[in-house]
Amino acid sequence: MNWLLVGPIALPLGAAVIGFCLRGRDSAQRAVSLIAALGLAGVATKLLAVVWQNGITVSQMGGWPAPFGITLVADHLSSAMVAVTAVIGLATVIYSFGNTPPGEISYALHPLVHALLAGVCGAFLAGDIFNLYVWFEVMLIASFALLVLGGTRSQLDGAVRYAALSLIATTLLLSGIGLLYGITGTLNMADLHLRVQEVENQGLLTVVAVLFIIAFGIKSAVFPLFFWLPASYHTPKAAVSAIFSGLLTKVGVYALMRVFTLIFTHDVGYTHELLLWVAGATMVTGVLGAASQNELRRILSFHIISQIGYMILGIALFTEFGILGGVFYIIHHIIVKANLFFVAGAADRISGSTDLSRLGGLYRDRPLLALLFFVPAFSLAGFPPLSGFWAKLLLIQASIEASEFVIAGVALAVGLMTAYSMTKIWLNAFWKARPADAGPPPMPLPIRLRMLLLGPITGLAALTLAIGLYAKPLYSVAERAARELMDPSHYVEAVLDTDHPAQRQVIGRPPAQ
Amino acid sequence: MEPIIAVVVGVLMAASVYLMLSRNLVRFVFGLALISHAANLLIFVSGGMIRGMTPLIAPNAALPEPGVANALPQALMLTAIVISFSVLAFALVLAFRTYEELKTVDTDAMRAAEPDNGIGEES
Repeated sequence: MNWLLVGPIALPLGAAVIGFCLRGRDSAQRAVSLIAALGLAGVATKLLAVVWQNGITVSQMGGWPAPFGITLVADHLSSAMVAVTAVIGLATVIYSFGNTPPGEISYALHPLVHALLAGVCGAFLAGDIFNLYVWFEVMLIASFALLVLGGTRSQLDGAVRYAALSLIATTLLLSGIGLLYGITGTLNMADLHLRVQEVENQGLLTVVAVLFIIAFGIKSAVFPLFFWLPASYHTPKAAVSAIFSGLLTKVGVYALMRVFTLIFTHDVGYTHELLLWVAGATMVTGVLGAASQNELRRILSFHIISQIGYMILGIALFTEFGILGGVFYIIHHIIVKANLFFVAGAADRISGSTDLSRLGGLYRDRPLLALLFFVPAFSLAGFPPLSGFWAKLLLIQASIEASEFVIAGVALAVGLMTAYSMTKIWLNAFWKARPADAGPPPMPLPIRLRMLLLGPITGLAALTLAIGLYAKPLYSVAERAARELMDPSHYVEAVLDTDHPAQRQVIGRPPAQ
Repeated sequence: MEPIIAVVVGVLMAASVYLMLSRNLVRFVFGLALISHAANLLIFVSGGMIRGMTPLIAPNAALPEPGVANALPQALMLTAIVISFSVLAFALVLAFRTYEELKTVDTDAMRAAEPDNGIGEES
């Protein structure tokens, strides 16, 4: 058993349990939360370094050889995702110190955030499809509780929509897994890669693939399955909104990326073409939805949807370069999007509102916040030299190389529309004068609070700028991840003990029907 | 046996979709309960339903004897049942709390998060 692979799951899970036991003791709970978040960041960095050095790292739980036991796998994609999850987790924990006063709802906030992180990391590291489902459920249950924490009317309303669609998605996923097991007799993803090539009934396999598209599509909020997202993401506390916007949908995208490179590659002409259409429609509807909104966090919510389209585009192109762009885009997007929600929370804290018609004058009153908004916002829109520019460049270049000129045009146009939305926020919240009916100008926040709120924002903005100015390291990780995804033989070799193939014939699969 | 269970799965799915299309939140929760049963039965039937011996390995043997039952689908179902039970409990509480706060179970009448003026209530 390799503790490096268990750590990203066990650490936050332990922090969640200890955190719940410390209910009512705020400072102890916060200390545990911060230590665990720092520990997670350390383990995740180490994991990424080890994978970078040694390639795909595998751990068989309890010593049961794959495909019988539970396998944890970290390839470049998984370890990069775990690393960025740890960064967002740490930023959320620090930000929530400033954003949620002790006592009110924070007794459950920190444990639940860690439970969420455990679910997310587990989903990234799971080596078999049923465990992926289980970690999805862990993540979901934690997110349900986080969403309703505080119990206001709009939170409950949003949670009903979120929970309803998420639960349908997990049931579809479970059905898809059941059918896939019926067809192939295995759940291990590496083993599935081999088994699906022997399946005679390819049509049935495509049906299962579409079930997975729908299930993961609801999770990652693609067109036309995204309606839960703009209904719920603007309702919880700012720290919760930020971690949701950074991580939750991206787990769905990760799962799509994994499943549609490793398992369902038998009918690329159908499944990946479908994904391509979905990607285009998602980009366009998301950005148009954002243009019609006037509330800061709802604009940003719709932009999550439109950005998901770019990531799906990377999968749908199904070329090494396309996947590279997709992976780069996911990492860039997680950092930028969470940061924008942090900024929205800070603006809310300063001005008492996130409604654009009631905001104003933030550029004059809070020049630092304005600068810190500027970096992620125009990175999202794809302005050079920020990280979003490279992400969009890679994907559009990949589309052109794959001769998908229409989608390249759509991606460019959507980037322009994103710039429109970001400019709208900039003009209304930052540049125009504060409206007369918005009450007295904001009081300066205490210095400690300001540091807790602006610290994570500054850190993430610096990261965005660093990726933009020196894209090489992230590019190399994404390049290796794409190579591994497009040629799964290394993954399969690393997971399966190919020395003992005879055992696999006897047990572990259903009797012949 | 398998065709019967397959039909049962279909009927359960259809019934749950019918319930979930209702605007009434309580009906939706019942639909959710049914659809998770349907998914569990689907795993059961697609895992292969034949009689077999208990999958126990004799002492000194490395492998079970041929003809043992496949225990994996049951293990999956057990996990899925536990998860769906806890999720259902949450859904019931959520529905009740929503009813308490919004005084309605009609999902069309719930406009707190997305009111017609396009601006959410202050959270």
